[in-house]
Amino acid sequence: MTNTFEVAVISKLRADASEAIADVGDGATVMIGGFGAAGQPVELIDALIAQGASDLTIVSNNAGNGDTGIAALITAGRVRRVVCSFPRQADSHAFDAAYRAGEVELELVPQGNLAERIRAAGAGIGAFFTPTGVGTTVAEGKEARTIDGRDYILEYPLRADVALISAYRADRWGNLVYRRTARNFGPLMAAAARTTVVQVDEVVELGALDPEAVVTPGIFVDRVVEVGERPWLRDGEFVGAPA
Amino acid sequence: MSGLDRGALDGPGLDRPTPDRPGLDRPAPDRPGLDRRALAARIAQDIPEGAIVNLGIGAPTLIADALPAGLEIILHTENGMLGMGPAPEPGLVDPDLMNAGKQPVTELPGASYFHHADSFGMMRGGHLDICVLGAFQVSERGDLANWHTGAPGAIPAVGGAMDLAIGAKSVWVMTDLLTRDGGSKLVAACTYPLTGVACVSRVYTDRAVFDVTAAGLAVTEVFGDTTLDELRGLTGLELQDATGHDGEGHRGSDDTKGMRS
Repeated sequence: MTNTFEVAVISKLRADASEAIADVGDGATVMIGGFGAAGQPVELIDALIAQGASDLTIVSNNAGNGDTGIAALITAGRVRRVVCSFPRQADSHAFDAAYRAGEVELELVPQGNLAERIRAAGAGIGAFFTPTGVGTTVAEGKEARTIDGRDYILEYPLRADVALISAYRADRWGNLVYRRTARNFGPLMAAAARTTVVQVDEVVELGALDPEAVVTPGIFVDRVVEVGERPWLRDGEFVGAPA
Repeated sequence: MSGLDRGALDGPGLDRPTPDRPGLDRPAPDRPGLDRRALAARIAQDIPEGAIVNLGIGAPTLIADALPAGLEIILHTENGMLGMGPAPEPGLVDPDLMNAGKQPVTELPGASYFHHADSFGMMRGGHLDICVLGAFQVSERGDLANWHTGAPGAIPAVGGAMDLAIGAKSVWVMTDLLTRDGGSKLVAACTYPLTGVACVSRVYTDRAVFDVTAAGLAVTEVFGDTTLDELRGLTGLELQDATGHDGEGHRGSDDTKGMRS
């Protein structure tokens, strides 16, 4: 009797970023991890720009900084809508220009509601009552309820077709560990998208990650791309960012 | 935390630096009251040891520099960290280790990292003791407006302000009393879009400290030559005089007493 599982080794590893994001379609909703530059999956975004998908809805905390990453995606004209908490920054000129030109729509979501809506999608929650935004313009048109004397508004989950996130290390099952505050939205988005693509500094052998320390279990991850160690690390040790 | 470009993401209601307004440390020779650093130092005196505190972005982050060394006060940053330390030495900036203003920080012994849903659960769940925010306006009943002027063409950005405003056990505001145009930021009712309703408990300004009470705003402390009548004139509000007794439980010091008129 043939054991058909013998050859069905689980490997989520992909050769490069282009292969990992090849099937993102026009009109897709794409979650992009990161808080500012920390945890932003720059190599995956670059690959998405090269791949050409357009009319995208981007779900991310910010709407791009400087001229790289999400900002470059906006400048390339691929983004129709942004769902985020904090688009306006000192260096958000790419978004600012596109927004003022009427080329990009904005759905502004308080940061905690954004995180919880993404979490709810990944956790199978139908909706939730939150106190954040009560009595503000954010509450307009939303169902309200008073529970135990506290006022809440109803918020719905945020799902995505694809999540692009950045982690520090992965194994071929897609187990992930992050580095410092680069974790931010990664674990939430990984669970909230139909397909989750992760870029990591390093892929390690199965068993090399301490199971007690895995932050995102591989069940939430579909594809892993190794992009190499960032310039401020050497063999896993922090050496400081180049000036 | 010297060396940070604090102006880049200055909080709402806290003036952004421009070439002629070089930033938070600018001297204010033409204005009575405390400058930003002195006000930050005054606020720091009211933060008790053991507190878990979020200092938002912009000017309130100056408070971190004024916390006495050796006191265990745990700083929370909403992008996923407790136990945040000061800015790193030049050359040791870790792009994976930023605060909510996206400025480089360091990690102190006892620090922990967590994802965004946990970080904001800490606010909504009532686990955070104090947060200090900037403001465009604060109303007599403690409504806060600090995220959007509603002006045509302004790009709104709320970030974590609404979550912090309703989440922390004590919400304090650090701001100038007056706008650049001389209008009062303390108002009977906010005209800018609200961040949170009846959420502010205390307002620290360059001229005086105000507690939000059931009977409106009470002045607990004035700075420099400021008088109650002057504050009433500037704000147009009926301010209670509570300067006769100490503010609630701050670590009183000679410095503090020296600030009283």
